[in-house]
Amino acid sequence: MTDTALLSVRGVTKRYGAHIGCADVSFDLYPGEVMGIVGESGSGKSTLLNCMAGHLAPDAGQVVFDTAVDGPCDTLQMSEPERRMLSRTDWAFVHQHARDGLRMGVSAGGNVGERLMAVGARHYGDIRGSAIDWLGRVEIDETRVDDRPTTFSGGMQQRLQIARNLVTGPRLVFMDEPTGGLDVSVQARLLDMIRSLVRDMGLSAIIVTHDLAVVRLLADRLMVMKSGHVVEAGLTDQVLDDPQHAYTQLLVSSILQV
Amino acid sequence: MFDLKDVSKTFTLHNQGAAVIEVLSGANMTVTAGECVALTGASGSGKSTLMRMLYGNYRAQGGVVSVAGVDLVQAAPREIIRLRREVLGYVSQFLRVVPRVPTLDVVAEPLLALGVPAAHARDQAATLLARLNIPKTLWDLSPTTFSGGEQQRVNIARGFIHPFPALLLDEPTASLDATNRNVVLELIADAKARGTAIIGIFHDEAARDQVCDRQIDVTGFSPGCAA
Repeated sequence: MTDTALLSVRGVTKRYGAHIGCADVSFDLYPGEVMGIVGESGSGKSTLLNCMAGHLAPDAGQVVFDTAVDGPCDTLQMSEPERRMLSRTDWAFVHQHARDGLRMGVSAGGNVGERLMAVGARHYGDIRGSAIDWLGRVEIDETRVDDRPTTFSGGMQQRLQIARNLVTGPRLVFMDEPTGGLDVSVQARLLDMIRSLVRDMGLSAIIVTHDLAVVRLLADRLMVMKSGHVVEAGLTDQVLDDPQHAYTQLLVSSILQV
Repeated sequence: MFDLKDVSKTFTLHNQGAAVIEVLSGANMTVTAGECVALTGASGSGKSTLMRMLYGNYRAQGGVVSVAGVDLVQAAPREIIRLRREVLGYVSQFLRVVPRVPTLDVVAEPLLALGVPAAHARDQAATLLARLNIPKTLWDLSPTTFSGGEQQRVNIARGFIHPFPALLLDEPTASLDATNRNVVLELIADAKARGTAIIGIFHDEAARDQVCDRQIDVTGFSPGCAA
């Protein structure tokens, strides 16, 4: 078991004026681990995710990532080009709304190929080949490679977004409500797909969601947030089956039984 | 393999007037390799709570819960995750799976998580499902629509596909017919023979007598008794 954390988050704090976005969040994520972050809306989970992924600048804290080349680096101290390079090589970000993560005016194959070109791939045949391979992996028919995502269903768009993100073989994937807004049959398929990809590629992932069933199936570890603070963290099944904090107990006991 | 020292467990229900329920205190037990131990005691005495603590699912308030040298009370989540992947298996009474995943893959999953090639893992899964008399026509279907007994056998297949050195069994023979019950008892005997340490809850007394070397009455761990 490697002892170097892939991502070390220390004291990350983000304020919106007097209002707290997230406060003093610290944790370590190790290679191959999937961590879920749950909490009601406004609890700061998306703020935290965006701070870690470099989309928002936190007011305090460190986000140390174990880069492939230079070892652990504080991503908040990196220059903008360095961070951009990181976000298209080692990192991936899956948005809740596929439209935010896709280029809607470009073909499906182009969406996947663009990430490859951004890291230096130039051979058209290879790029198209990879794109078709990845469309297959996310169960999009090869015949749709030249179609624009605007002609895809919501579930297909989400799968295309995942293909676009994973084609460059990232080591850490940030996901913001990846199954939100999809109907349940599509959700199940997507969950199975994400789980297989995580296992087969040895990915680490941080998944923000408010759906406790999703984290139970996908995440090894769980962090519960309330009003910007982490109130409880631990193994997913331990936190859900034996919640210690009052808020987690309330959250778990509020799930509707199907 | 399993070593418990002075383990205590309380539940604090914050949303019900912070009621504190003491379930276990001063629990001590040791189970070595190749041994099968049954937990006994009346319903509500804490058998399932203890089982869940042995899996790291419930958090102990005090003491040491050591499984293969890892103290589940102190261990970091990733140590417990690794322990569960490699060492510690658990056959629960409930099957929890991603919907629409074929039964064969559900059973093969513990091996896939260990990096076993998919084809080999599926072969092993097929062998085990056949042994547990799950009709081949069902292998490509999700177990969510199966009968209670079938789901239980899928769960058992998942628990036995990897030769875990430590195994927890929660009523493994509960809703099974005589034939399948015997298959499960054979699987347990095989596991014991290769040195697996097993702790189980068996309401089926005949099964318990057949496979278990010892019984531990959990009532002895309830707070009233220890005081």
